[in-house]
Amino acid sequence: MSSLDDYKGQTPSWCPGCGNFSILKTFKDAMVELGIEPHRFTVVSGIGQAGKFPHYIKCNTFNGLHGRTLPVATAIRLADHDMLTIAVAGDGDCYGEGGNHLMHAMRRNINVKLFVHDNQIYGLTKGQASPTSMEGMVTKNQPFGVFSEQLNPMALAVALDCSFAARGFAGDGEHLKGLIKEAINHKGFALLDILQPCVTFNKINTYEWYRQRVYRIEPEYNPEDRIEAFKKALEWGDKIPIGIIYRNNRLTFEERMPVIKDAPLVKQPFELSKLETTLKEFY
Amino acid sequence: MDYSIKIGGEAGQGIQTIGDTLARVFSRSGYHVFTHQDYESRIRGGHNFFQIRFSDKPVSASRDRIDIIVALDKESILQHEKELSDIGQIIYDSSGLKQKHEKPQFLDIPFVDLAIEHGGSKIMANTVATGAVLGMLGMELDILLAIIKNTFKRKGEDIIKANTAAAMAGHDHAVKQCMKCSFSAAPPSKPKMLIPGIEAIGLGAIASGCKFYAAYPMTPSTGIMNYIAGKEKEYGIIVEQAEDEIAAINMALGASFAGVRAMTGSSGGGFALMVEGISLAGMTEIPVVIALGQRPGPATGFPTRTEQADLNFALYTSHGEFPRIIFAPGTPEQAFYLTNKAFELSEKYQIPSIIIFDTYLSDSEWTYEGFDLSRIKYNDYRLRGEAFANLPEYKRFAFTQTGVSPLGVPGETRHLVVIDSDEHDEDGHIVEDAETRIKMVNKRLFKKLPLIKKEIEPPSIYGHSNPEIVIAGWGSTYGVMKEAADELSANLDIAVLHFSEIYPFPPVNKFNYIKTLEDAKMTICVENNATGQFARLMRAETGYAFNRSINRFDGRPFTVESLIGEINVLIR
Repeated sequence: MSSLDDYKGQTPSWCPGCGNFSILKTFKDAMVELGIEPHRFTVVSGIGQAGKFPHYIKCNTFNGLHGRTLPVATAIRLADHDMLTIAVAGDGDCYGEGGNHLMHAMRRNINVKLFVHDNQIYGLTKGQASPTSMEGMVTKNQPFGVFSEQLNPMALAVALDCSFAARGFAGDGEHLKGLIKEAINHKGFALLDILQPCVTFNKINTYEWYRQRVYRIEPEYNPEDRIEAFKKALEWGDKIPIGIIYRNNRLTFEERMPVIKDAPLVKQPFELSKLETTLKEFY
Repeated sequence: MDYSIKIGGEAGQGIQTIGDTLARVFSRSGYHVFTHQDYESRIRGGHNFFQIRFSDKPVSASRDRIDIIVALDKESILQHEKELSDIGQIIYDSSGLKQKHEKPQFLDIPFVDLAIEHGGSKIMANTVATGAVLGMLGMELDILLAIIKNTFKRKGEDIIKANTAAAMAGHDHAVKQCMKCSFSAAPPSKPKMLIPGIEAIGLGAIASGCKFYAAYPMTPSTGIMNYIAGKEKEYGIIVEQAEDEIAAINMALGASFAGVRAMTGSSGGGFALMVEGISLAGMTEIPVVIALGQRPGPATGFPTRTEQADLNFALYTSHGEFPRIIFAPGTPEQAFYLTNKAFELSEKYQIPSIIIFDTYLSDSEWTYEGFDLSRIKYNDYRLRGEAFANLPEYKRFAFTQTGVSPLGVPGETRHLVVIDSDEHDEDGHIVEDAETRIKMVNKRLFKKLPLIKKEIEPPSIYGHSNPEIVIAGWGSTYGVMKEAADELSANLDIAVLHFSEIYPFPPVNKFNYIKTLEDAKMTICVENNATGQFARLMRAETGYAFNRSINRFDGRPFTVESLIGEINVLIR
């Protein structure tokens, strides 16, 4: 069994009070409880404050380019479907720069877990609006306020029949831990959007702001009803639901791929001698 | 025997099928074959052609003189009648083209009527035409009938019978009606292998143990994905059609990180989207092979035509400084072996390799006695299983004598594999300090570069051993330059200097090609681009400047005749 110490990584360079600290701790707790040892999983991250996440734990790490976590994570799964693969991204990284990949990862239903640290603002580049910034938010780059409609990742997920869509809140660690475990245990692509206050740049969506609004989704709610899920996904404002919004049992991409039915790709040997037969096809 | 056949028609009329089938009949007859195509960016209509040259001697390019034109549209006659050789014939179906030609070099064959009469459907008209060409050449039908049997085996006995009858009807008709046909095909010999450049790259990837190919379709690179996808199950390869080229390169890197050999491919526009990903490969030292199929740009350019104008792009692509390999095969054979070498060196040195080719090489088919699998190198440079587990500690970017750090496969052992696009320490974690930065640049770039350079083979020289005139080029122009030199060698001491391993630029220690160039009276750099990108690279790397240049940038490949004409102008 692994203990918390096994996951201890480098010292975070996040701002004191950042919502990411809670996500980090909760994540490690979840991994201890799930008994997944550091070498058994890979965290793929991009750029942004969330991109530094894997350095602060111990695990296989692919800290790549801004917006490109999902293609990397998808291919890691295709090459080695024994490897738990978690993509960690921010709202700018995943919903902005990498939006196209998100859409197609949901379609593929690749068995990747995507944890989005959603603080509704750009942190690393110092306070510009993100796709999830609320309309009207004034920033240095949006002096007239944000004009664009706020992106709703949960509604997007339900619309694309994403096989698992949930929202967590960094200020409710116990609940978030449950969601992390559910996402990891789910068979299929899982989007976990985590509301995470940016204490430095987002003066609107503060801990206080979220605490007044978030509520745990009632236990009788059925996340497998897609129409109800869409209604739930549209809730935002005075009341913001946290919990599993939508879930289905679609076959995963890995399950559908006949090439890796018997063994992960990385374990399959290569035999050059087979080429003799293939060469004959050119005669 | 040295005949050329041109099949012309609209897109969708089946000229490719006729061309492919005839080329296969000739290669199976043991002839040397060269084919190339000219088509527009459309699925129906327009004017396209497929050209086949076959001979009992080696051929490496098309010629301008055509012996048999199969005209499936009026345009084929309008555009190509003037290309007919002295003994040339045009076959056409006057009822289909709604025009009748009385000149002796025209042979009216009712493709459609014969197809309906003998095959039961006008669909077989192309089979009639194929049979007719073989009849004109005085060739037997046995090979064609075997191909028909194989092609239609899934469609059932009736379809095979119908096509067989159609082929025989076309053959009989030509034998009886072509009074002017004076062709005499050489007796058949041992079948040859027939392969286009694009499939040679795909085959080279498979032969190198490539397990993952991600790409977005784009002419002229799509054929690699098509070919490998057809072998997915047989070889245990995953081919994923990515949502865009950014995803494609990042997928290739993800798969390679996870421990399998990976590749992607595109054309200039898609390659442009991969640029940041290639830089990521440079920083994270992940092996990856990228096929770059050139077509005329800028932007969408001529989507289905050819050019060699992306060499600078490949050389200088991506931000930051890191080593890369660029190979530019001149033939399908080189494409096969150089793709293998690209995989080998990419993994050995943990760097990106680019195979740069173009539409002309992609589509051209060549014949060979065979490919030699004993020349294929396959070394697994990754650290796996017990060898990895037994290491007392592991640092993905450990400083070593060679700059090459152990490439561990994550998941199998307790060791963690950590990589970062930020500057990082030996463990792979983000750093900001200058000292580590300098050490890492030394490791990634300066330590590896001389070792990579040693792996590079010099250019090939063909022709006169002490030439007065050297024509030099790179990539797909090889065949045309060779044939031009053959023809000019009657009156000139001429040689061809061909570069297929372009970067790192080949050193002169194995073959002092600079001396060959300096000893010649005239050196001409032949390039399918406007600005002479290779000539500039040569000058930058060696200080040597070619005396003359021949550049073609109309989107068409050089032809032997046009190149000879331009060389003659220069030496006059």
